[in-house]
Amino acid sequence: MSETIKVPTMAEYMAEGKRPEVLFWVGCAGSFDDRAKKITKAFVKLLHNANVDFAVLGTEESCTGDPAKRAGNEFLFQMQAVTNIEVMNAYEIKKVVTACPHCFNTLKNEYPSLGGDYEVMHHTQFLKSLLDEGKLKVEGGKFKGKRITFHDPCYLGRANNVYEAPRDLLKKLEVELIEMKRCKRNGLCCGAGGAQMFKEPEPGNKDINVERTEDALETKPDIIAAGCPFCNTMMTDGVKSKEKEDSIEVMDVAELIANAQDL
Amino acid sequence: MQYLPNILFVIALVAGIGYFIKNIRKVIRNIRLGKDIDRSDNKGERFKNMAMIALGQSKMVRRPIAGILHVVVYLGFIIINLEVLEIIIDGIFGTHRIFAFMGGFYDFLITSFEILALLVLVSVVIFWIRRNVINIRRFKTLKGWPKNDGNIILYFEVVLMTLFLTMNAADLQLQELGADHYIKAGSYPVSQFIAPLFNGMSEGSLILIERGAWWLHILGILVFLNYLYFSKHLHILLAFPNTYYGDLKPQGEFDNLEAVTKEVQLMMDPSADPFAAPAEDESEGEPEKFGASDVMDLNWAQLLNAYTCTECGRCTSECPANQTGKILSPRKIMMDTRDRLKEVGDNIDKNGSFVDDGKQLLNDYITPEELWACTSCNACVEACPVSISPLSIIMDMRRYLVMEQSAAPSDLNNMMSNIENNGAPWPFNQMDRLNWSNE
Repeated sequence: MSETIKVPTMAEYMAEGKRPEVLFWVGCAGSFDDRAKKITKAFVKLLHNANVDFAVLGTEESCTGDPAKRAGNEFLFQMQAVTNIEVMNAYEIKKVVTACPHCFNTLKNEYPSLGGDYEVMHHTQFLKSLLDEGKLKVEGGKFKGKRITFHDPCYLGRANNVYEAPRDLLKKLEVELIEMKRCKRNGLCCGAGGAQMFKEPEPGNKDINVERTEDALETKPDIIAAGCPFCNTMMTDGVKSKEKEDSIEVMDVAELIANAQDL
Repeated sequence: MQYLPNILFVIALVAGIGYFIKNIRKVIRNIRLGKDIDRSDNKGERFKNMAMIALGQSKMVRRPIAGILHVVVYLGFIIINLEVLEIIIDGIFGTHRIFAFMGGFYDFLITSFEILALLVLVSVVIFWIRRNVINIRRFKTLKGWPKNDGNIILYFEVVLMTLFLTMNAADLQLQELGADHYIKAGSYPVSQFIAPLFNGMSEGSLILIERGAWWLHILGILVFLNYLYFSKHLHILLAFPNTYYGDLKPQGEFDNLEAVTKEVQLMMDPSADPFAAPAEDESEGEPEKFGASDVMDLNWAQLLNAYTCTECGRCTSECPANQTGKILSPRKIMMDTRDRLKEVGDNIDKNGSFVDDGKQLLNDYITPEELWACTSCNACVEACPVSISPLSIIMDMRRYLVMEQSAAPSDLNNMMSNIENNGAPWPFNQMDRLNWSNE
């Protein structure tokens, strides 16, 4: 897939003496992971579609430090945080949106006491607000009537009590939203949190993502919806391990909305 | 000699309560071994949490069977304690059923005590079956003392409730015989069915049974009170302060270590002189330790958590690592923390102050393998009915492993050096961050 989409950077805005309404924090997964890049693009298409005045930091963005902090490396986390805060404060950023719940949690909760105070939204919350303001149209399209189950990312759900925004968006797609037996505050982790994404699991009798995928498969879904690039990877791997990748897709909420409209 | 029972009663009461207070002071001293943390904010929200979670049992009933049975035992415990007040007054002054003057209301009270006592008995029997007969994993995995401890508490409650009902049954018989001292008072919906067992007994035997049950009941309560300190059962008291002092931040927010912030600010400050002599007022004490390897490195709220834990195991049963066969168990993290804290406390009792015993929480109790299995998903925190956070202890111990010992798994070291070198957990160049837009 090769298509160039216009993505303004903060530096370009600055050069024109302008400030965007919102900073889109892409995150490391969204920038570098092949699967997550598709989510990033889908979200950018939606932003353009809704005429949102946004920019990215581009090469001035750096890891929020979340995986370092969860691994116990508070030094590295705070070095990252302080550096990022300096950049964001220099651009006088007020509002941030990100498609990664880990970036979302860190920026929203752990940056303020280090001097970085912003209004931070997860992309599902932001899309929901666009929908409510009438700037974004969400309709069924090709997903109408499909069986979809939503996997709650820990750092969006339990960690920050955001359960309804992604579900409200899915309902607008006129899909058949089916909950897993463990959902919302009882949702089971995909296995990637706490820096587990970057290491082999400890010895056990099963991988956590397989356990979670089994929860999802019980709902007999056409699509497993996710709201986190890491959950997405884990669930995709889980579906593959069950050899269901031909019949079940794992898609981000933003991708579902963008694809429904053939953006 | 007329006052001998009164004197014996007061001695038992003072000894029982005195020994309990002595041990509770040890608990408080041990909790204060922890580092300071400010939980004096948001009093309104804290009271609300205590009222909802501890008093109102709001998180217990999320698992309806165990939750409702627990509410019965909890209500029984609190309400039947009104009866204990009467017992204490009677014991000190040699009166009998001093509250009987309340008439109809007294009947109502005794009726509710009796019904609750029966419901408690039924609940406790079901609890015992759940712990020992039915295959419930979170109970089956308890072995040795923790398993016995759980059962001993249930036996205590059976004995206490049985004595209470026996006492009432004998009293009822004596009232009907018109025995001296045993005025007609109270209404006995449950023990009236026990009373026929005593039919045909002499007044003397009945008094012996009534007095015997009365004494054993109150002595049993005093013994049970003192058993709390040696068991997991302190939650009946500590659930209240623990929910009050619980963490109010969003679950995803981990504290930013202040000691690190100071270092980072120094590193980022271009005008800082790395060779500067320490300022006059800065004591040249031991450099601050990052993270936790022993209980003294944890904060007092975490140590209060450890004493509050009643080992129900809801945390472990919700833990994704535990469910998939990893050795991590959040319940074990809390039990280990308390066991080590008790060990440190005993060490202080013996030596006056803590003498290095060559042991610590890390490795001797909790292994790195357990700590590294955590996904930080907060399922354990969400599951705890009394606002305990095993996750915060796991994170503080990871911090020690990484920042003091550089002992992270090698995959994580790779991830961290990637972040240091190129600002991403993977080896991609920071200059390529926007490449996705034209791929």
